Amino acid sequence: MQTVWYVLVAFMLTAYVVLDGFDLGAGAVHLFIARKDEERRAVLRSIGPVWDGNEVWLIAAGGTLFFAFPALYASSFSGFYLPLNMVLWLLMLRAVGIEFRAHIDSPVWRGFFDGAFSLSSALLALFFGAALGNVVRGVPLRPDGTFFEPLWTDFRVGKDNGILDWFTVLCGVLALAALMVHGSAWVAYKTEGAVQLRARRVASAMLGPLLLLAAAALFAALSLSPHLLDNYRRHWLAGALIPAAAAASFAALWFFSRRRKDRSAFLASCALLASLLAGVAFALHPRVLPASTSDAYSLTIYNAASGDYSLRYGVYWWSAGMLIAIGYFVLVYRMFRGKVRLDSDGHGY
Amino acid sequence: MDTAAYLLHRLHFGFTITFHYLFPQLTMGLAPLIVVLQAIAVRRKDALYAEAARFWAKVFGINFVLGVVTGIPMEFQFGTNWSRFSRLTGGVIGQPLVMEGVFSFFLESAFLGLFLFGEKRLGPRLHLLSGVAVCIGSWLSGYFIIAANAWMQHPVAYARLPDGSFQVTSFLGVLLNPWAIVQYAHTMSGAVVTGAFVMAAVGAFYLLSGSHREHAAAFVRLGVIAGLIASILQIFPTGDLHGRSLARHQPVTTAAMEGLFKTEVGAPLVLMGQPDPEKGTIENPIVVNDVLSYLIYGTTRAEVKGLDAYPREDWPDNIPLLYFAYHIMAGLGTLFVALMVACAFLLFRRRLFQTRAALWALMLAFPFPYIANTAGWLTAELGRQPWLVYGLLRTKDGYSNLVSSGSTWFTLLGYMGMYTVLGISFVLLVQRVILEGPSPLRSSHAAAAAGSG
Repeated sequence: MQTVWYVLVAFMLTAYVVLDGFDLGAGAVHLFIARKDEERRAVLRSIGPVWDGNEVWLIAAGGTLFFAFPALYASSFSGFYLPLNMVLWLLMLRAVGIEFRAHIDSPVWRGFFDGAFSLSSALLALFFGAALGNVVRGVPLRPDGTFFEPLWTDFRVGKDNGILDWFTVLCGVLALAALMVHGSAWVAYKTEGAVQLRARRVASAMLGPLLLLAAAALFAALSLSPHLLDNYRRHWLAGALIPAAAAASFAALWFFSRRRKDRSAFLASCALLASLLAGVAFALHPRVLPASTSDAYSLTIYNAASGDYSLRYGVYWWSAGMLIAIGYFVLVYRMFRGKVRLDSDGHGY
Repeated sequence: MDTAAYLLHRLHFGFTITFHYLFPQLTMGLAPLIVVLQAIAVRRKDALYAEAARFWAKVFGINFVLGVVTGIPMEFQFGTNWSRFSRLTGGVIGQPLVMEGVFSFFLESAFLGLFLFGEKRLGPRLHLLSGVAVCIGSWLSGYFIIAANAWMQHPVAYARLPDGSFQVTSFLGVLLNPWAIVQYAHTMSGAVVTGAFVMAAVGAFYLLSGSHREHAAAFVRLGVIAGLIASILQIFPTGDLHGRSLARHQPVTTAAMEGLFKTEVGAPLVLMGQPDPEKGTIENPIVVNDVLSYLIYGTTRAEVKGLDAYPREDWPDNIPLLYFAYHIMAGLGTLFVALMVACAFLLFRRRLFQTRAALWALMLAFPFPYIANTAGWLTAELGRQPWLVYGLLRTKDGYSNLVSSGSTWFTLLGYMGMYTVLGISFVLLVQRVILEGPSPLRSSHAAAAAGSG
């Protein structure tokens, strides 16, 4: 039952990264690929009706973590106190950047919110990558399963880790690069004209650096904690399939972005993100927060989970709710399918 | 225990939740009113009401954004600032919180996009449906939050494990907590009071300044009718029921908020006065004898336990603030009924739109429901002290003890700065929408309505 919930939480976080990832990525490249006001409106309009729903996956994942693994929720959220609050501020800044921009037609007002939107999107991508890096590297858990990490110490990976060290910063930069590709692929798929051309150019140009960063992060992670390969050795079939899926989706992304098949390139990018995250989740199981102090203190799905009754009944209502939610998503994406048009329907952007 | 850190975590939560709730109360209060405007527009094919609904959808959209962005920290703050509480109660409290995300946030966010951006694509009927979906989403979301809070006020359907953590024993038990049902009814009618007063105030402003007269009349009419119904429901039956169940399950809270220091037969209702918890007296009191006994037990001779009947460590820790919060809420609630009865009478006699004094009163009244709703939540939360989970887990045992007061100050100041910017932008944008007024898109709208009909 605990493993079921581990998969469900991993699924929600992956859905969050794939969905909100493209609007974060679009934000990170917003200032470069869209220069004139109507170009920026086109980018915003491509994410306008969906970004809020995408972000709900993060909130729902946070809630699910609270419900299914309260000890993990309590320990990690208080242990990552400062960066988590900064993430929340960035999420706020970004939301008002998207939503308030259109209300006043002034280059100063719009310029400010364009900057706020773009900067906060890029920083969020960095922070999320660094957060995942922390989970992979492990945190200084005490015997009672709690910890507190400062934002940074000396940027070395060792006993007194900060949240930011060279490894987690590397993960952050990797996440930023991956989401820039992802967001550019989305914008190329949803827009036309100059914006589309620039988005395609950014996506293709970032593919090489993305591959290098991914290889570096993988190498660093394995040399810091070799036990990440344990699950891959134990279950060779899944252990071979996940990396194969990641490699195949990267190849497809490369191929389709060369061929200017924007929709297929975007879908390949979705598959790439999903398979990378699945690879991390597969490597970590059953640990949800490894301890850098001693593996005996690690939080696992067993010592961090809620009681059996909650988990057992939770599966029913959770699945029912998620099926309905997925239905909404299909509906909304179908309603707003196709290229964005800058007509006067509705308010804003 | 580090008292400074403990108080700081409470201030942190109190500040962020108070600011947050300024927005959802309007979201939840305005949503059904917009649906009514839309429904009238569809039914009568009346472009005036379609414009009115569009105008309020703009305000709703801006308000909704603020509700979302200030709400996200709440979902995470249980973990960041109240980690010991989260670890122990996640198995129970987590359930309504996930349900909120899964059942209402997805619904709301999906249909809000359609509601705000899809009017032309959807046509009037489906657009109305998207408004209904947003309304249901926001009201469901309110229910799940209330269910979580009600469990802290009146824990039910739980078992405690040896490590002290709480586990659910009945999934429906937590959702159908009797406390939650009463608290929900009281909170939602409070939200509708805010929505109705805001709508009436904007209408009154237009009437007084002689602009948008037709729309303004519709706003005032709907605002006064909804405001009358909601402000009466607020006192009876919801407030009355809530007060009685509080007196039964948290008698020490009732004693503290009523300012009743000594147990009395035929206990008085304190209307005004300043409590002095040290001496156990009310300064400058204006009281009505026997009324408190009557309100709680239905007879003037009933004995009501005062604070002296309970050990001091179980008293709420800020009696004066609790007392004032409760009295402000109850006093304002009474005034709302008086104002709305008078305005509804004038409306019924077709004199309201000419009575400038009444319009001035309606226009100036809109901040007070915000104050009353805030005071109501202060009453609920201060009244629950010194407990996080009533009778089971004390507040001082729940905060994140590894987060230093320096870190907490840092983020508290950060939220204060951030919310100042958000608050100013909100006021700026909403006042622009109000000054602009409902846009006259009647010709294009009538054509659209005719085309689909």
